[in-house]
Amino acid sequence: MQTEVEAPVTEPLSFRNVTRRYPRVTALEGIDLAVRQDELMVVVGPSGCGKSTLLELVAGLQEPDTGSVTLLGATDPAARRAASAYMPQRDLLLPWRDALANAALALECQGVPRAEARRRAEPLFERFGLAEFESARPAELSGGMRQRVAFLRTLLPGRPVLLLDEPFGGLDSLTRSSMQRWLADALADEPRTVLLVTHDVEEAAFLADRIAVLSPRPGRVVAEIPVELPRPRDVTSPEFGQLKRSVLEALGL
Amino acid sequence: MRYLLGLLLIALFVLAWQGVASLESVDDLTLASPVETFEALRDDWALLRDNALVTLVEVVLGLALATLIGVGFALAMHLVRPLRDAAYPLLVGSQAIPVVVLAPIFVLAFDYGIGPKLAIVALICFFPITVNLLDGLRSVEPELLKLMRSLGSSRLRTLRSVEFPSALPFLFSGLKVAATVSVIGAVFGEWAGADEGLGRLVLLGNNQLQTPRVYAGIVLLTLMAVALFALVALGERVACPWNRKEQQA
Repeated sequence: MQTEVEAPVTEPLSFRNVTRRYPRVTALEGIDLAVRQDELMVVVGPSGCGKSTLLELVAGLQEPDTGSVTLLGATDPAARRAASAYMPQRDLLLPWRDALANAALALECQGVPRAEARRRAEPLFERFGLAEFESARPAELSGGMRQRVAFLRTLLPGRPVLLLDEPFGGLDSLTRSSMQRWLADALADEPRTVLLVTHDVEEAAFLADRIAVLSPRPGRVVAEIPVELPRPRDVTSPEFGQLKRSVLEALGL
Repeated sequence: MRYLLGLLLIALFVLAWQGVASLESVDDLTLASPVETFEALRDDWALLRDNALVTLVEVVLGLALATLIGVGFALAMHLVRPLRDAAYPLLVGSQAIPVVVLAPIFVLAFDYGIGPKLAIVALICFFPITVNLLDGLRSVEPELLKLMRSLGSSRLRTLRSVEFPSALPFLFSGLKVAATVSVIGAVFGEWAGADEGLGRLVLLGNNQLQTPRVYAGIVLLTLMAVALFALVALGERVACPWNRKEQQA
């Protein structure tokens, strides 16, 4: 296709006509999506619509059957792996490591020596409200704290694009909303390019710069909804309610 | 309370043993009573102790050898898939070998010394270690392996930082089984040919109709296995403290 224009450099992450099939099901079909620099894109969809597959494609853990995923100009999986920080649904902290060593694991995987990795992770603990919990084992931490350690582990290698898979899915509703506020604040301080998937419409409306709505399997993008609401967002405002309604409509609910 | 119940059952067992041994119809050559056994332990203590030490050395060295071999096998089979597929049947087969038959051949091959005893203890003990550790290494959640891959971890780093620590409780389960059967291995080894050791002493005592001494030897062998088991259990608590904490939570 000669007429097609190159993706502008302001879009570090793009999907072009991506389809991903498994032996029994088609997870994603014809996905076209682009995430801009420092944009928080939230993908909302029903369970089993291929949201996690979407992230694993970006993270270089899977390959599309057709189409391409481009991350910072690269399409090969190793380069995608190196340019993205993937945070799975569960915190997956190692029970035998203390909180600091769990976060430092991300650096160790890149060949940073253990002591040096711990030293570099330490200043972030204060900023993440985890000061004095450095030497706590995961079993001694609350759900919200565990998630923050996992998030720290995701951030530490300093990769440009964050991929968050239902980061607050396993938390109780109070902790979840405080963690959402915390993430919004953290990203306001230090903007990053983020692709976050969730099935929680409220979460999407609260966090997103733009919302992409996926259909049930096979997942297709059925709507892209830009969010103009000022931050911090007032979840009780009529505009917020209107936004949620339009997302729910796009979901067919 | 836990220990109390255990002690109570042992006390009941000893009482029952004494009761049966006191029956008129039971031949003293078949069954020594606990009292006679205790007297043998007291009177022959120096002899029993010296021979027990010989057996203990065989058992401990054999276990160490089995651990080295077992851990080595498990790691190699885990890292190299074709090796696992190829070696698994052989591994299982090694346990079908009747050790009683093999022991005299080992004595022929390795001579009369400690060699054949170590070989037999190791042959019996490496299997539970290998199989348990291999299962442990394979039991790591796929999600966690995916995370490590996304973090850019190398194969060896994932083995060292995730798979091996995850598998440690499995390794200790294998070691517990190995510790309990190791003593039997040493006894087989001594029966096939030895000039010292508790197993040989028991065999000799049997031939010389020194029934109380035979039972004293059996008691010591049993205590040895129980002590080794307890030692491994202690090692597990020290090496995998998180395992207990998570169970409580």
